[in-house]
Amino acid sequence: MTAPAIRHLLSAADLDHAQALTVLDTAAELLAVADRPIKKLPTLRGRTVVNLFFEDSTRTRISFEAAAKRLSADVITFSARGSSVSKGESLKDTALTLQAMGADMVVIRHGSSGAPHRLAASGWVDGSVVNAGDGTHEHPTQALLDAFTLRRHLAGGSGDLDGARITIVGDVLHSRVARSNALLLSTLGADVTLVAPPTLLPVGAASWPVTCSYDLDAALAKSDAVMMLRVQRERGAAGGYFPSAREYSRRYGIDARRMAMLPDHAIVLHPGPMNRGVEISAEVADSDRSVIVEQVTNGVAVRMAVLYLLLGGSDQLAAVSP
Amino acid sequence: MSGDRAVLVRGARLLGGEPADLLLDAGLVAASGPDARRDAPGDAQRVDADGLVALPGLVDLHTHLREPGREDAETVETGTRAGAAGGFTAVHAMANTDPVADTAGVVEQVWRLGREAGWCDVHPVGAVTVGIAGQRLAELGAMADSAARVRVFSDDGRCVSDAVLMRRALEYVKAFDGVIAQHAQDPRLTEGAQMNEGELSGRLGLTGWPAVAEESVVARDVLLAAHVGSRLHVCHVSTAGSVEIVRWAKQKGWNVTAEVTPHHLLLTDELATSYDPLYKVNPPLRTAADTEALRLGLADGTIDAVATDHAPHAVEDKDCEWEAAAMGMLGLETALSVVQQTMIDTGLLDWAGVADRMSARPARIGRVTGHGRPVAVGEPANLVLVDPAAVRTVRPHDSLSLSRNTPYAGLTLPGRVVATYLRGRPTYESPDIAVAGAGAVVSHG
Repeated sequence: MTAPAIRHLLSAADLDHAQALTVLDTAAELLAVADRPIKKLPTLRGRTVVNLFFEDSTRTRISFEAAAKRLSADVITFSARGSSVSKGESLKDTALTLQAMGADMVVIRHGSSGAPHRLAASGWVDGSVVNAGDGTHEHPTQALLDAFTLRRHLAGGSGDLDGARITIVGDVLHSRVARSNALLLSTLGADVTLVAPPTLLPVGAASWPVTCSYDLDAALAKSDAVMMLRVQRERGAAGGYFPSAREYSRRYGIDARRMAMLPDHAIVLHPGPMNRGVEISAEVADSDRSVIVEQVTNGVAVRMAVLYLLLGGSDQLAAVSP
Repeated sequence: MSGDRAVLVRGARLLGGEPADLLLDAGLVAASGPDARRDAPGDAQRVDADGLVALPGLVDLHTHLREPGREDAETVETGTRAGAAGGFTAVHAMANTDPVADTAGVVEQVWRLGREAGWCDVHPVGAVTVGIAGQRLAELGAMADSAARVRVFSDDGRCVSDAVLMRRALEYVKAFDGVIAQHAQDPRLTEGAQMNEGELSGRLGLTGWPAVAEESVVARDVLLAAHVGSRLHVCHVSTAGSVEIVRWAKQKGWNVTAEVTPHHLLLTDELATSYDPLYKVNPPLRTAADTEALRLGLADGTIDAVATDHAPHAVEDKDCEWEAAAMGMLGLETALSVVQQTMIDTGLLDWAGVADRMSARPARIGRVTGHGRPVAVGEPANLVLVDPAAVRTVRPHDSLSLSRNTPYAGLTLPGRVVATYLRGRPTYESPDIAVAGAGAVVSHG
């Protein structure tokens, strides 16, 4: 069976098992490029990648920029803050402008869930669309880089994550990272557990391919990796999702005491930016179990793989399916 | 259009029954059966209605005509013309215009625009509170006493969420036999809400609009209506739970009525997976279990009426990302077809039942005289002829509305309105109607 070729990467669910492995294997090869004195490949010379960021996100934007430049693509970064209607130009007009400039790919970050889907389905642009984070929906390249990092530490850097026990902790309700990871890590065979206060688990999460729990301590001893999600302080007192940042931290934050409950081989991830002292203590963030800085490095390699596979040849993601 | 010329409708199946002739003359049903042909004047227009079903003109309790304020999306003229094409002879124009219809002046303006257009009788709905701001009562009595004779009051688009204000409104309108039509939506439970809350909203990352936000207000309101002995009408009931509460209230003998929209009878929240704002509406599309409960509720009479919630929006308000888009969808021209598909073709209602839910009962709730009457000699000649055997594919650009936001685009729906008569005068004739003057049958169009 050959899986259908994909043109866009809008959701982690767009990738089946074989396609996800193709991205990770390609990223592994591309990671080696970073160790060369000349970090550039000619692969995407003459192709134009537009980074369309409606939301501030320095780290994701520069990660995509670095990825595109290392593949020799021309990169245009378009920061259009604010949504349509209320402020400035609409998504449609922005898209038509980019189309007129001949974008081969649009990497979009938007505050509204589904905006990348609209862009891909509307006919406003011809190029590939990559979701770089949309509202509280998904962030598939973050999930890919997390999977890549997990695979290096838990699976010897190859194959899938069969049987790996991954615990994702925190504000699942508002987290696009959690949604994409729940989908992708399950596709790769991992056992995913979501841990959150009941107010921060979405309605219906029980029907996702994951286990849900309210008890962090009980989950830790059974975790090969724990991924801490950013929790905004405003979700507390003002948002009413939990009584205070302090209580949140006590019940759902990871500190040295909780880190000691993990198996010896277990690692700690965080998609960044961190709220030190809320969901993660400085001691944990800076410990040798933390792979948070490595996640950033891997992010460039994984995004290079996505750009390469979507733009390098139309059947790249299909060709290797078993 | 043939002015005051008499119309002889030949062989229409009245409420889906046996074929018979009807003579429409001087604004009334002048004769029926064998008398009709005998009494028809020589110059009467003859309509071959073989195979067509005749229903009383439809009455919509819930139409957004957008005038005054958003004449780029719809006007009284275009909206009522679309209504006539959908078989409606009377529509209730919702109050959330700009300025809001919260004074005698605005409701009289809308009423007069309707008279001048002449496509449907326009019955303005008055706002319950000044500026639909939910703070203090609008001058309900002045609107009731105006030329527009307002009987239905609603802050539609917003909920009268303050329990005391709702109680006072229910009490106050008793003085002129008014009804409060509530848009049941707890505002705090639906802050930023984008779609039905459920497994799907969690997966799509769209803020949920939980069923309980509707049901808790419906429950409170039926209790309030019982307490003060007044009339409550629940707008666009969308959940199975609301149907149960209304059923319970009716069993108690309380004076509660309810409406359902065509889109809530047919469409489900699965459509949101496209993130296409055509499917964004308030209250949101619900689950298949909800549509089933709504159909059964309409069939057993728990839900009294089908009301369109026809909500035109300018292109730019839908041609954008989901969260930025306006809520609402067109409904007047497709309502009867959707009801045929969901209620007739499923065996839940017959055509007499459709006439009851789309004409008689909504007219009664709105205290509209001259509509919702039986099609019988001496009654006003408000009539719609439907071809139930027709099938059509909905094309947005065929619409007579100024707007194009139909959620049925590309869908094939059963049934077609062939002609609509308002007091004997044709307000809509489809291109394939078979009419003749005093001679040979000709097709025009």
